[in-house]
Amino acid sequence: MDLSAINPILLIAAMIAAATPILLAAIGELVVERAGVLNLGVEGMMITGAVCGFIIAVNTGSPTVGFIAAAVGGAVLSLLFAFLTQVALANQVASGLALTLFGLGLSSLMGQSYVGIKPPRAEATPLGPLAEIPIIGPILFGHDLMVYLGLGIVAATWAVLKFTRMGLVLRAVGENHDAAHALGYKVKRIRTLAILFGGACAGLGGAYISLIRVPQWTEGMTAGVGWIALALVVFASWKPWRVLLGAYLFGGITQLQLNLQGAGVAIPVEYLAMSPYIVTIIVLVILSADKSRAPGSLGRTFHASG
Amino acid sequence: MIRIEARPQPSAVMAYATPVLAVVLTMIFGGALFAVLGKDPFEAIATIFWEPIFGEFAFFYRPQLLIKGAPLVLIAIGLALGFRAGIWNIGAEGQYIVGAICGAGAGLAFYPTESVLIFPLMVLAGALGGWAWAMIPGVLKVKFGTNEILVSLMLVYVAEQLLASMSLGLLKNPEGFGFPGSRNLQQYPSAHNAEIIAGTGMHWGVVAALIAVIFAYVLLTRHRLGFAIRVTGEAPRAAKFGGVNPGRLVLFCLGMSGLLAGLAGMFEVAGPAGQISIDFNVGYGFTAIIVAFLGRLNPLGIVAAGLLMALTYIGGDIAQSQLGLPAAAIQVFQGMLLFFLLALDVLTNYRVRFGAAEVA
Amino acid sequence: MKLTTLLASAALALGLAGGAMAQDKTKVGFVYVGPVGDGGWTYEHDQGRLAVEAEFGDQVETVFVENVAEGPDSERVMTQMALDGADLIFTTSFGYMDPTNNVAAKFPDVKFEHATGYKRLHPNVSTYSARFYEGRAIQGHIAGNMTKSNIIGYIGSFPIPEVIRGINSAYVHAKKVNPDVEFKIIWVYTWFDPAKEADAAKTLIDQGADVVLQHTDSTAPQAAAQEAGGVVTFGQASDMGQYAPFPRVSSIIDDWAPYYIARTRAVMEGTWESQDTWDGIGAGMVGIGEITDAVPADVREEALALKAALADGSYHAFTGPLNKQDGSPFLADGETADDGTLAGMNFYVEGIEGDIPQ
Repeated sequence: MDLSAINPILLIAAMIAAATPILLAAIGELVVERAGVLNLGVEGMMITGAVCGFIIAVNTGSPTVGFIAAAVGGAVLSLLFAFLTQVALANQVASGLALTLFGLGLSSLMGQSYVGIKPPRAEATPLGPLAEIPIIGPILFGHDLMVYLGLGIVAATWAVLKFTRMGLVLRAVGENHDAAHALGYKVKRIRTLAILFGGACAGLGGAYISLIRVPQWTEGMTAGVGWIALALVVFASWKPWRVLLGAYLFGGITQLQLNLQGAGVAIPVEYLAMSPYIVTIIVLVILSADKSRAPGSLGRTFHASG
Repeated sequence: MIRIEARPQPSAVMAYATPVLAVVLTMIFGGALFAVLGKDPFEAIATIFWEPIFGEFAFFYRPQLLIKGAPLVLIAIGLALGFRAGIWNIGAEGQYIVGAICGAGAGLAFYPTESVLIFPLMVLAGALGGWAWAMIPGVLKVKFGTNEILVSLMLVYVAEQLLASMSLGLLKNPEGFGFPGSRNLQQYPSAHNAEIIAGTGMHWGVVAALIAVIFAYVLLTRHRLGFAIRVTGEAPRAAKFGGVNPGRLVLFCLGMSGLLAGLAGMFEVAGPAGQISIDFNVGYGFTAIIVAFLGRLNPLGIVAAGLLMALTYIGGDIAQSQLGLPAAAIQVFQGMLLFFLLALDVLTNYRVRFGAAEVA
Repeated sequence: MKLTTLLASAALALGLAGGAMAQDKTKVGFVYVGPVGDGGWTYEHDQGRLAVEAEFGDQVETVFVENVAEGPDSERVMTQMALDGADLIFTTSFGYMDPTNNVAAKFPDVKFEHATGYKRLHPNVSTYSARFYEGRAIQGHIAGNMTKSNIIGYIGSFPIPEVIRGINSAYVHAKKVNPDVEFKIIWVYTWFDPAKEADAAKTLIDQGADVVLQHTDSTAPQAAAQEAGGVVTFGQASDMGQYAPFPRVSSIIDDWAPYYIARTRAVMEGTWESQDTWDGIGAGMVGIGEITDAVPADVREEALALKAALADGSYHAFTGPLNKQDGSPFLADGETADDGTLAGMNFYVEGIEGDIPQ
């Protein structure tokens, strides 16, 4: 055992990078759930984003265009979910599961001729001298642009939900759709927009995996990250900053686990791997006693009667 | 302008017409997809839907429909009870895994003793395991008001890790040369959930599924508890005034669905699958949620939906090997079928109106 | 559920259309555990299938089903292939072991070939596997020479004999050329999860490893090494040539083509017999990808000499004197490990630190 092999600075930097895809997908799903919709199709939207981003990045040579395409791809797929749940009033749980199934199949069909290709490299963010600062530099300023964009989206989501009228309306729709409707808000339109935002974020998260973190395209490469993102939203009790914290914690446990193994510490891997989920359940129980809880209308179908 | 408005009564015609329409639409769109991929759409669709039931080797595929469909139906029946009451257990996959681990563990504990008591004991252990796993979200909901959707989902991942740990550790076959996975229960007669009549696919899990269907049907239509379930789902406040104890109902529905999922896992591991391994679970618990909804939460509908899903899996594999269709195309095809079934369901409870909204 | 009320006449009409195909062709089926697009394990088996088609042209027909779950689904798919008239079926995952034997019992005229398993309960079942540890010996040799930090990272999938054997083989040969070498092993508990493999590779690199060996199938560790710069990697399962000449300096390639062609020919000629094949570099089942110019010339020469010695059998990758991790003797001077010991290897050799997870 040699714990000195673990470099805490690099460990924290790795945690931040590893957390980004979960963070992006989770912040999108957070907005969806705050609007009262439970979309279990995150995994399907992520993998679709991953393949769309990859294909476009390879063909245009630009990772930036790839990321835009990924967001569009994720949003288009989520539109299907929006149609099912908002127009056809189908059950959200079943529709979300179907979306994941469909997304996984669709992505592997689309990506068939892209296996084994290397995508164009995303440039590191030119923060110049900032990255040279000892300790803080590598932790905070040594990342690619998407890491900062992820943080930016979290901050923006927090600000919009807390301070703007738009955020207020969104929360009202999520808490009590009947009341929101009575006040004259377009419940379905607002929810559809939230679903689209969630799809775009999930798409970005998927593309982060296929374009930066791995980078390559292979079928099923998101390997369950979308489900972790769903857990994360709950863990964060639907609060943007807690999503950030949770993403670092979830990503961090994996990183820490790998680091401890590398340092020769014998750890029961399976039990450590299940710990984030158990922690999430405990957090849920604590939250149930607290005031902050799930949006009131979460998962319920809305139809304006009369 | 297209609007939809609620029907005063769900349309009986539509309840039967929409599934048929959905299948037809899937055939059209799926056929188009297959054509784009350069395959003969008619042949592909015939292979998926016709070949397993009426083809040359139907004698083999028909029993397979039972083997593939039974766990789906068994789990979906339990879920539907809860869904009807507005209790959302989406962690059946976890309960399925824990049921399998407990069932297999109970059997393997006695290896190599032969006794007629072992199999019943395994059934009991499997049912208890699934029940206990589902009681976690149940008790948390009743005691603390914790959201059962999320807790049950989280417990799926915990169960998956537990499964990995069991296949690599406690239940690992001591004669397996260090490979992960338990002993094969098919080779342990007392623990083997064999076909009751050879060649029919009829194993105890299928029998259990049939019993569960009848039980659920009687419960929902004839029994007071079934009435409580329906009222709670449709009008929770009325149910409260009507003397329904919501806490008990939550525990009953979650416990029942967990128990049935655990049984499904146990019958699967003791029969068709044979052993606990890292990849033992193949998503039956999640697919069953879809099956429950496709079956309109109705026991008989669930049987039909379960067999339909089983058919697309079996037919899909045949299409892969005979026509060279990629697995992904089959997945997309299944996705389409689900979308159409879910989307068209709206016509049962609502009607579509064309033209501007009339002034009230 | 009226399965019994069948439209018998319609069934007959369609059954005829689908059934009786040309009988003179030899039909070969392949059951895959992953997608053919995984770029690793399943991809290489599918390359073997294509090689069979290329070799025999019109004389064979190959069929495959991908993403087949182990358990009852695999049993159904194998049965379906046998019913559809397959003469030979390759089942390419360890978890298909019992299903393969079950189906083989029902179809005594169909030949079954199960990869990486050990059960041959019927005369129509063969097993085959590759001595990947021979390739690991060459990797170990190159790795021991190339490392400057003397820390070699190893990404393990599951703690099973197959993987442990590879770790031991690589370690023994790295140690031979570099006594100061140290192995850092991370188990990821998956065969294929690009994000996790990338994380594991980055962790090893962050902890000072400048050579990373992998026993998982994606190219993610290669990309991580390229990103880090100055880190040596080896292709696994497939060549991963897109990362050559650096960081990927060589590779172990699963080359199933010669075996698949030979076994198909045996079926055609009626000479097929049940056997247990465990082939290595010599038979061409384990390919060594090009050793690039990033490796110094003398090291490359040594590596090629090692490869030749392993191929002609003059050298065995596990040759004594070797001790087990706990210091107890494993092989005496000049003694080589027998296949039984290798097949069930569940211990590290002396010098590797840490415990095999249980």
